[in-house]
Amino acid sequence: MRIVVCIKQVPDTKNVRIDPDTHTLVRQGVESIINPFDLFAVEAALKIKDECGAKVTVMTMGPPQADEALRETLSRGVDDGVLLSDRAFAGSDTWATSTTLAAGIRKMGDVDLVLCGKQAVDGDTAQVGPEMATLLDIPYATFVKKIERLDDRYLKVTRQTDEGMEVWKLPTPALLTVIKEVGEPRLPSLKHKMRAKKAQISVWGASALGLDPNKVGLCGSYTQVVRVFSPPRRSNRILIQGSIEEQVEQLYRHLKEAKVPGV
Amino acid sequence: MDYFLTEEQQMIQELAAQIAREKIRPVRAELDEKEEFPWEIMKVLAQSDLFGLYIPEAYGGMGGGVFENCLAIEQLAQSCIGVATSFAASGLGAYPIVLYGSEEQKHKYLSEVASGKRIAAFGLTESAAGSDVSGIQTTAVRDGDHYILNGTKQWITNGGEAEIYSVLAITDRSKGPRGASFFILEKGDPGFTFGKKEKKLGIRASATRELVFQDCRIPKDRLIGREGTGFIVAMKTFDKSRPGIGALGIGLAQGAMDIAAEYARKRVQFGKPIISFQAIQHKLANMAIKTEAARALIYCTARYMDTDPPDASKVAAMCKVFAGDTAMEVATEAVQVLGGYGYMQDYPVEKMMRDAKILQIYEGTNEIQRNIIGQELNKEYGRMKESFF
Repeated sequence: MRIVVCIKQVPDTKNVRIDPDTHTLVRQGVESIINPFDLFAVEAALKIKDECGAKVTVMTMGPPQADEALRETLSRGVDDGVLLSDRAFAGSDTWATSTTLAAGIRKMGDVDLVLCGKQAVDGDTAQVGPEMATLLDIPYATFVKKIERLDDRYLKVTRQTDEGMEVWKLPTPALLTVIKEVGEPRLPSLKHKMRAKKAQISVWGASALGLDPNKVGLCGSYTQVVRVFSPPRRSNRILIQGSIEEQVEQLYRHLKEAKVPGV
Repeated sequence: MDYFLTEEQQMIQELAAQIAREKIRPVRAELDEKEEFPWEIMKVLAQSDLFGLYIPEAYGGMGGGVFENCLAIEQLAQSCIGVATSFAASGLGAYPIVLYGSEEQKHKYLSEVASGKRIAAFGLTESAAGSDVSGIQTTAVRDGDHYILNGTKQWITNGGEAEIYSVLAITDRSKGPRGASFFILEKGDPGFTFGKKEKKLGIRASATRELVFQDCRIPKDRLIGREGTGFIVAMKTFDKSRPGIGALGIGLAQGAMDIAAEYARKRVQFGKPIISFQAIQHKLANMAIKTEAARALIYCTARYMDTDPPDASKVAAMCKVFAGDTAMEVATEAVQVLGGYGYMQDYPVEKMMRDAKILQIYEGTNEIQRNIIGQELNKEYGRMKESFF
């Protein structure tokens, strides 16, 4: 079984600040970490590898420094890493990112399973996984908490939704985005750490992927971030207190005054 | 300070520090309170390859030595020496096999210890044989292709949790110190049972039990080395393990130092952070001086030990004494820096102070270590021809 895990480097959100003047993320001095949900995807892949054997490749699109993130997953037991890096990829929105990552997977060839975290903690879009699956024309399932391999062709996956759990049978190749319930990421081992340090990381640019530089990066993006800002504090908050009955009565009155439809 | 570690040694440090930070620190107070053996952490350590640091590659280890093992122990000890002792004690149990085991014994047992699949323990102490090891009563009597063990070992770290035990027993009492031998015992051997788990002042995450042998019959190939070499095996094992006890000490001292310094910078009294007061600065300075001095001694000695020197008991004992005393002192001072907070269980230095005490007691009390150092000095100066007057 061949598994590809897509990961992303994100600013360590514990320390993120917004510049009050420019309204953009202050990236200086902020450490990059692997998107925490992507580490769950790595763990899910390594579990499948432990249980039924698999070759696990980790892939990311990013600047040359993203090499470090790939090696970190290698130190946890991933077999090899691929870095999609090219100046042309800069400024990608989710669509351009998906286009690039999908090209990477196509270039690899026989991939049975693509795993992603449910979303990245910086953009929080949760779009790249499903977009990639659509571009690759393979089935996908999001918010997966459990993956079982039924046979060579089918997977049984359990999805966590707001309404409850769904169990799906999915033919491979497929793409899954996972949540933290798939399992706590394992720590590195010394042998893997030593291997990771020396490992050869493949670097593929736009031409290696057969991509037109005008269809990727900023040029290939349908959306552009105009401004990032902290929402202004809302001042018109009302605190309702008292017994449950009193609170219900007050809430009803406020909703009525605000002319909320249906009240 | 830069101790000029190799890339691999730095990786060992990083990895052990990560395990300490992410897996040990969050649970240390709970493990201490519940006196719970840290199996979850042992599994993480097993998967990390750290159990095999000092074991040759031919037997599934990483091919490092005392120094590599000390680097890992120190980092783990920064978070909890109860956990780090459980880890280090597996090495103490395995060292007799590393040093004197047969090829078959090494293949069979060391690969399992290196992978962390089974942990090891060392059984020497008895109720009447503490500092005076010659007082041991446990016997092993040869019976055809077997040995039969009888006796009770006391306060054995990892007792009941470990599956592989190096145990010292008397094979020929008439030969005195040359009448003791080491054996490999396995959990589950007929006639081998465990006493109750001891309740302790500190290192409460570690398990301490009696090993009870009642007509315990084991195959004769469980003998380590030759009959009668037991005390030599013990002494050579201690030479390798005592820098490790020192590493527990520097880890604990550094952990206490870190908390005291961070606290002193934040705690405001008389309108200033207390670190601005000379009384606190001098305390922290003394703590830092001793910790760094202990580290320098242990790193140097551990490196020296890896050259297999013929006579290393003196410096091995120095590591244990100096780092153990340093840990006790630094932990006590850390409690003092934190004042009333330091005395409360809500802050980790209270546990560190309780934990530190064992470092002056186990694996040869610090008084016994000083005896060893003193006796070695007497021998060394006795050999000298020149006069210093």
